[in-house]
Amino acid sequence: MDWYPLWNSLRIAAIASVLVFFAGIAAAYYVARLPRLLKGVLDVALTLPLVLPPTVCGYFLLLLFGNQRPLGLLLAQLGIKFVMTWYGGVLTAAVVAFPLMYRTARGAFESFDETLAHAGQTLGLSNLYIFWRIRMPVCRQGILAGAVLAFARALGEYGATSMLIGYTPGKTATISTTVYQLWRTNDGAGAFRWVLVNLAISAAVLLAVNLLERREKKGAAA
Amino acid sequence: MSLTVDIHKRAGTFSLDAAFSTGGGVMGLLGASGSGKSMTLQCIAGIQRPDRGRIVLNGATLFDSQRGIDLPPQSRGVGYLFQSYALFPHMTVRQNLLCSLRRERDRAARERELRAVAALLHLEGLENRRPHQLSGGQQQRVALARILLNRPALLLLDEPFSALDSHLRDLLQPELKALLAGFDGQALLVTHSRDEAYRLCGETAVIDGGRLLVQKETHALFADPEHREAARLTGCKNIVDARRTGDHEVEVPAWGGIRLKTAIPVGETLCAVGIRAHDFSLETAENRFPIQVTDQLEEPFEWVVRFRCAGQSPAAPDLWWRLPKSQKSADCPRALGVAPAAVLPLYAEPPRTERKPSP
Repeated sequence: MDWYPLWNSLRIAAIASVLVFFAGIAAAYYVARLPRLLKGVLDVALTLPLVLPPTVCGYFLLLLFGNQRPLGLLLAQLGIKFVMTWYGGVLTAAVVAFPLMYRTARGAFESFDETLAHAGQTLGLSNLYIFWRIRMPVCRQGILAGAVLAFARALGEYGATSMLIGYTPGKTATISTTVYQLWRTNDGAGAFRWVLVNLAISAAVLLAVNLLERREKKGAAA
Repeated sequence: MSLTVDIHKRAGTFSLDAAFSTGGGVMGLLGASGSGKSMTLQCIAGIQRPDRGRIVLNGATLFDSQRGIDLPPQSRGVGYLFQSYALFPHMTVRQNLLCSLRRERDRAARERELRAVAALLHLEGLENRRPHQLSGGQQQRVALARILLNRPALLLLDEPFSALDSHLRDLLQPELKALLAGFDGQALLVTHSRDEAYRLCGETAVIDGGRLLVQKETHALFADPEHREAARLTGCKNIVDARRTGDHEVEVPAWGGIRLKTAIPVGETLCAVGIRAHDFSLETAENRFPIQVTDQLEEPFEWVVRFRCAGQSPAAPDLWWRLPKSQKSADCPRALGVAPAAVLPLYAEPPRTERKPSP
């Protein structure tokens, strides 16, 4: 069995999650501070990938980064090519997973009691310290939930990925595109093996989250 | 030690217009909720920005819209005790306190300071608890300790007792009073409770609808609130339109046209008089007028008697009289008197010519 799809899926999901983690938090933090109208518009734009069919997202990404498009051509000059490359998968996974991180982080930030930040300021704590050592820990449950959702979504991404990077064994194949490809070519047993691999990863992630939460509760009670 | 505040701020339909200065000790800001007293504190702390004005603390300008000065809250040297105490929920008491000692590099000095403040505020044994494991009173003490470790020049107390039940409140007020007496800076206490202002504040300003109405030494404020709204906010129950009829006399048309002698001189612009519910008396011969009792309410330690004056206009509400149970007789009184010193001349806009806030 060729394990390339597992390795490829994991690196795509991991890199996309890290990108989305920071981008989602930054967007959530700054959008909440904008005037109402701008906030509404941006909120819609940033959430759109969540409600659009992934193939539509893939279509838009092809429009932007296609080999014959201005942006695609420009990036190609710099040696960056998102079409039919594994890191194109990072792009699609990040775009599709972003709204999950953004929305959960925003919900967490909105329920944050601002007087804690104000108290920190009057105590002389820097705004950076307040963000990382007070706001983030207090909101950690929502943020962790967002990160897990984003990782799971990135790992399972199929529609936009298959449009932008397609399926090339040993090059752009991910678990989800492999499952479909094997199934399509009547290799039911092969597809099933990859389904089991995917199940194992998802179960491991959920288990890790549960353990983390339990440890945290214990810490709070001690 | 001095604090001078002169700020204006609009927020929606609300507009704040606060100007006062104080020379030290504890000053109270007394007002109903929504009167702008918390907003005033937040402007002083730098959490909110006034539209224009000036805030000067001990000669240092914290905010000046004309000179473009707006110090961040971190460098104002102002401690803020929030209504909810705002302890960081994910940190232990010790970690909360250490937040104020981050600039102290010497470990031994840090420990020394922690021990000193823990002793001062009776926090020994609580160091490893988290805020949600503390009682309301303990939370308040931790919050105060965290502020005091920062050595602020000015302490802002925003309704410090509103999160506590009344029993705890009575226990903690003397503690806070003692602590403030030992604090070598100034304090500004925001409250809607006249009792709190009376017990804790050397001087008190009354704020209503975003405007500072009067500022006086606290006892003088209660003895002569001057402003009609200030009288109401200091708990005066009987306030009625009145007319000036002499330097020490007013006429009250709604109370059957009775004339009342006052000890406080009556100004030209008088609009009303106030009489506190405790100030009516069966014995007083002065300002005596016939009454008719309409209702009596029994409280644990006092009686509340509602009554009307002879010839009182139907639109005017019943008057309030509070008396200790020991003074209550079985039969209804037919007449009551008021000492002239207890008849408070009130103004819509007090003649503030001779009264300037102390620098």
